Amino acid sequence: MIIETIVFYVLAVVTVASGVMVIASRNPVQSVLFLILAFFNSAGLFVLMGAEFLAMILVIVYVGAVAVLFLFVVMMLDINFSELRAGFLQYLPLGAIVGVILLAELILVFATGSIDIHVPEVVTVAMPPAAEVSNTKALGNILYTRYAYLFQGAGFILLVAMVGAIVLTHRRRVEVRRQKIAEQVARDPKAAVVLKDIKSGEEGTWKSD
Amino acid sequence: MIEFTAPEYLSALPEIFLAAISLVLLMVGVFLGNRSTNMLTWLSVVAMGVAFIMVLAGSHDQSTTFFGMFVSDSFSIFMKCLVLIGAAVTLIMGMGFVKRENMNRFEFPVLILFATLGMLLMISANDLIALYVGLELQSLSLYIVAAFRRDSLRSSEAGLKYFVLGALSSGMLLYGSSMVYGFTGFTGFHEIASAIHNGGGNAHSTTTIGILIGLVFIVAALAFKVSAVPFHMWAPDVYEGAPTPVTAFFAAAPKVAAMALFLRVLLGPFHEMLAQWDQIIVFISIASMVLGAFAAIGQKNIKRLIAYSSIGHIGYAMVGLAAGTPEGIRGVLIYLAIYMVMSLGTFACILAMRRRGQMVEKIDDLAGLSKTNPAIALALAIFMFSMAGIPPLAGFFGKLYVFLAAIEEGMYALAIIGVLTSAVGAYYYIRIVKVMYFDKPVDSFDKPIGAELSTVLLGTGVITLFFFVYPTPVLEGAQAAAALFFP
Repeated sequence: MIIETIVFYVLAVVTVASGVMVIASRNPVQSVLFLILAFFNSAGLFVLMGAEFLAMILVIVYVGAVAVLFLFVVMMLDINFSELRAGFLQYLPLGAIVGVILLAELILVFATGSIDIHVPEVVTVAMPPAAEVSNTKALGNILYTRYAYLFQGAGFILLVAMVGAIVLTHRRRVEVRRQKIAEQVARDPKAAVVLKDIKSGEEGTWKSD
Repeated sequence: MIEFTAPEYLSALPEIFLAAISLVLLMVGVFLGNRSTNMLTWLSVVAMGVAFIMVLAGSHDQSTTFFGMFVSDSFSIFMKCLVLIGAAVTLIMGMGFVKRENMNRFEFPVLILFATLGMLLMISANDLIALYVGLELQSLSLYIVAAFRRDSLRSSEAGLKYFVLGALSSGMLLYGSSMVYGFTGFTGFHEIASAIHNGGGNAHSTTTIGILIGLVFIVAALAFKVSAVPFHMWAPDVYEGAPTPVTAFFAAAPKVAAMALFLRVLLGPFHEMLAQWDQIIVFISIASMVLGAFAAIGQKNIKRLIAYSSIGHIGYAMVGLAAGTPEGIRGVLIYLAIYMVMSLGTFACILAMRRRGQMVEKIDDLAGLSKTNPAIALALAIFMFSMAGIPPLAGFFGKLYVFLAAIEEGMYALAIIGVLTSAVGAYYYIRIVKVMYFDKPVDSFDKPIGAELSTVLLGTGVITLFFFVYPTPVLEGAQAAAALFFP
């Protein structure tokens, strides 16, 4: 139990600290790296809570895809971040007002207790019981059976997205020289090499075909 | 372990077929390249034809599959038939344009096929998640085809605008769905309906209010998809900027499918809240009719004009939904069927508007068409008169059924506003006829217009002109489909 608590605090402190560093650090590449660190630690927190599937998804999707994409953008595009940040202070009052209003509204909602959401029974019951199967297994059990229709539908959407990206952006470039493996393989020394007998001392008139 | 038994897939056969065939066609296209576009277009049309037959051959009894997420019934059969006809006809119509205007890429028919598949899934959705998946499949394909002429600034703008606003509406739909799920505990339509039924009675309980807020968001998102006022702002720009065959497709199939979704959602799970959503529908209906009538008057571009006209038509169709009776719903379905035919015909005329190899889109370009090309002029005149609602053309009957239903329900104000805006709308429809028949001729359009366009023009023209002779199949289909929501 004590180990769990220690681990929790270590992970939580690192998560919060790297979260702060994401917005505080001056170098955008460092920002993204801190973001990745924050993701990894949050994944650890999920594991502590017994949500191992979410932890995996967090690492695979957020670290593997999103964060790396960020890194690409930051490193490939020459964005001047200090220039972007220059006008920040002038928007601060407006942002603060919006934030305060939102906060006040939230406090009002919860303080007056006017929302009494009657959560239907079915929503609150974990199905199947968490003690019997793990998250991943439970998801796998229904994803390819009960929700196969939606799974396939989502697959089609992704396929359309891929086709669309190719249709709208791919251009066949004519000036590139492509490697033609068949031609390379078919070449033999007879066709490729010409032997010329040039006598020594004579200024040969070498002519390529 | 969950016991797994394979669901009875038969009621989803057309969708499974289309899904499989679209993948096959995509592969064929990848290997053969752009020279296969023509063949792929025809194969797509054939695939839609086969799916059409499968839909028609399917059972009219209500049956669900995929664990209740997919429903097949007389309503879905009627709507799917419309969508498949609309999609196939626009593909055929657009072939000449695709060849000439640098759109000759094999992805085009395949994307249209994907969009059609998405529409079929939407129509058969029986679950909030299934609804979203179908809608997204459709919308994503449509964003891409709107921007398909990527070298044209207007086409790219249309695609981008449609995408950004469409993503916003999808967000609203998801937010509304999450509210409904949170307050009822279900995503399935039948379960939501029974949850509302059980929780009914107390109209002021937080549960009902929560569901209502969710419903408003869902209605707003669906209104965006059918381009009803006040969520119409994308339609004129997208209609004008997108390549003309794509615009024709937008005006026909997705509109019908989104309207089907509208009916399915409002009359299915939320039928008991009719008193609540009815006010929204009445407002949307009046606003769409008025804007469609007045905003179209000043338009000079015919595609833009048709965009405003389609907003107005959605307003008229909504009159039937606002009535909320079996007659009203039947009216909506008949209206959609007739609207689709008229709109296909009109776009066939617009696609024929080419002068010396260039597409022209101004209304002034039609001047004197009756002298230079009497057949197209006659066809366009028929469609314009029909859209204005002049008897005995098809458009008149569409309006007649929805207005009758509204009057029977005592919604006189709605019916009167509808008739008045029709009169305003008649002004700009008939102005086109005037330009064609009484203005001085300019240069003739390119001839011949091609066998595909001629056939479509002839077919839609004959249906519009002689609808009153044999309306039975449409009436009966609509009747059976509407009866479903009123057990």
